[in-house]
Amino acid sequence: MTTETRPPHPPTTTSRQPAWEHHDVLDLDDFSVAEIETVLNLADRMREILDRRIARVPALRGYTVVNLFFEPSTRTRASFELAGKVLGADVLSLTANTSSVVKGESLIDTVRTLRAMRTDAIVMRHSMGGAPYLAAAHTDASIINAGDGAHAHPTQALLDLYTMRSHFGDLHGKRVVMVGDISHSRVARSDMWGLAAMGAEVVLCGPPTLLPRGLRASDRPAHAESALPAVTIETNIDHAIEGADVVMALRLQSERQQGGLLPSLHEYARLYQVTEERLAKAHPGYLLMHPGPKNEGTEIATDVASGDNSTIEEQVTNGVAVRMALLYLLSGRTEAPGEPSSEVRA
Amino acid sequence: MTTLAIHNGRVIDPALGRDGIADVVIVDGRIARIGPNEGDMVVEAERIDATGLVVTPGFVDLHTHLREPGFEYKETIATGTLAAARGGYTTVCAMPNTSPPLDSRASIESVLREAEHSALVRVLPIGTITLGRAGKELSPAGELFRSGVVALSDDGDAVADPNLMRHALEYSTQFGLPIAQHCEDPALVRDGVMHEGWVATRLGLRGRPASAEEIMVARDIALAELTGAHLHICHVSTAGSVALIAAARERGIHVTAEVTPHHLTLTHEEVAFHTDFRTVDYITNAKVNPPLREETDLAALGIALRDGIIDCIATDHAPHASMDKEIEFELASPGLTMLETSFALSMKLVHDGTLTLPVLIDRLTSGPVRAWGLDRRTGLEGLGTLAPGALGDVALLDPNAEWTVEPREFASKGHNTPLGGRQLRGRVVATIFGGRVVHETDRVVAL
Repeated sequence: MTTETRPPHPPTTTSRQPAWEHHDVLDLDDFSVAEIETVLNLADRMREILDRRIARVPALRGYTVVNLFFEPSTRTRASFELAGKVLGADVLSLTANTSSVVKGESLIDTVRTLRAMRTDAIVMRHSMGGAPYLAAAHTDASIINAGDGAHAHPTQALLDLYTMRSHFGDLHGKRVVMVGDISHSRVARSDMWGLAAMGAEVVLCGPPTLLPRGLRASDRPAHAESALPAVTIETNIDHAIEGADVVMALRLQSERQQGGLLPSLHEYARLYQVTEERLAKAHPGYLLMHPGPKNEGTEIATDVASGDNSTIEEQVTNGVAVRMALLYLLSGRTEAPGEPSSEVRA
Repeated sequence: MTTLAIHNGRVIDPALGRDGIADVVIVDGRIARIGPNEGDMVVEAERIDATGLVVTPGFVDLHTHLREPGFEYKETIATGTLAAARGGYTTVCAMPNTSPPLDSRASIESVLREAEHSALVRVLPIGTITLGRAGKELSPAGELFRSGVVALSDDGDAVADPNLMRHALEYSTQFGLPIAQHCEDPALVRDGVMHEGWVATRLGLRGRPASAEEIMVARDIALAELTGAHLHICHVSTAGSVALIAAARERGIHVTAEVTPHHLTLTHEEVAFHTDFRTVDYITNAKVNPPLREETDLAALGIALRDGIIDCIATDHAPHASMDKEIEFELASPGLTMLETSFALSMKLVHDGTLTLPVLIDRLTSGPVRAWGLDRRTGLEGLGTLAPGALGDVALLDPNAEWTVEPREFASKGHNTPLGGRQLRGRVVATIFGGRVVHETDRVVAL
């Protein structure tokens, strides 16, 4: 394993210390339930800081975070930037270009250079699956995966879990339905791991052309049964939504139609759009989620996106809190982050 | 007169149907005698004690990337043939995807000249099917044939255009040259980077479906039937391809096939997992085209090799520098360096009972020679055998010796293998090319 050469994880000092073994956040597949709870519990405290009149504490003073984005992003980048700033970290955002990689400035060079400048954490968004793993294997700065290709988006998954938990308390046995382009969705992949760990029932719904192979345990050899989370596959959205506690619509990119995966966006909307009428079959008190940015009128109807059950904006706020919690945990700092005594005076 | 006597080994020569303790005597580069105690009959000789070892003809590889000219940072004819010698190979067929590609007499001759200077074992060049490997126009097959190529191939890429492939096959019949096709339909492969299956799904990587290979195998078999040409399927990787090839051979179509040691023994799980399924990695050293497949494919390939539906093992030795592999998975160059691990990895099929040792040796020696008629094509009589009069190309093997793969110790410039640190069972103890020892380990005991 490439991480063998890495320095050991920050030690967990006492048994009262919350569970946390991570030097990087690459995906949720290697998170224990206890670690997920550590993040979510700390995010509660961060959410409280965030909601203060003056949302600024010095908990990460002297900690340097670089947002290294090889792919355009507004919300994730802003979310990390604010998360770092609220905690008093120095945050630098770089928009890198994948073509510079091809031209010879390798990803490895880039992360090593940033580390040489004493960067503590690199938040990375990349169009290619696995790029953060390559980075993590070649630097001892903490790498946070802010989305890699179609592979993973662990901070999105954590904020989704946080949002669900804040409504339901316990996710055990909750029916969570993700609808849309599962094949190309890093959100769905990371959510699957987190939801399965927390005991939720995961239902994936989409047209067969947008469902990746091997998701059904029966499509894998026996020894690999646990190699992906247990999920249910459903191509009929009405069946999928029946009794759902959470319905999450995924962004559908118009390229899928040009790529021959869909006859038309119109037909997609007719077959898979999350609508008021379809949501009538969901469990009362259901949550309607979307990782954004959303295409209203395609994967989600406008009225439900802004309806009473929608948590879309709440997810955005929670995203900042969850990312604050992650940065704080990765920093290895242990004093309580939001004590009034440590607050910066306005 | 120089004489080399190899004493008391278990001599396995599938072409001669020989398997028993014997001595092999090589005089002036050619096999002179073979039989029990024959070595004692010669008076003055260099002697090797092969007691406890297996003595076979030197291996023949139909599929080697030597990278010269153009990619000398990955491999050269000198380093590639040293790697071949370490792997027990005494004849390697050099693939033409160099820079420039081997699509002219001049480029073939330059490779042969360089080989004469720096090669440690025999290099037989393969020419391209199409000019510049561009898949648009035919290469001058007649000129290439007269320059000494043993086959034509655009390996690395398929000849995608079925009409051009039809003509390539048709045209080749006048020279009797095999057309060696890398079967993967680019329209189905698109930008896939690994086998399409659950591992690709977990990694979020785009897949290359098994059907992309099978469609082209089926297509080219139909074209071989139409034209009566000799079609050779490179690196077969799926159970579906095996079924198609078996059916074609049943119908008498001239189709031959090879399989690599890695497609026989490694699955797509190599790409993602080091020890368990808890966390993933993106292991570019397991990236190869066609990709590593699934257990069911491995099983079908092993049986097909045993039954002779697949003629031989070929390494597809594809050395790359670390800069080609220590990058994002999607950008990493495909291929494994394989010459030095080929025998040991293939021995897994003997250890697990799929193949007998003599059958494995056949697929490494006389199998490839038969597939392409290499002896007749090159005038190298007895190639791949230990028949008296044949070239003194011999491998000394210890089928049960365990060793740990240490890529940094490879003779090849390419250290790109997912086998690093792994224990393999089966070792090439010495290699003799034209009566000269070109590789020996400390296991070799001179008498």
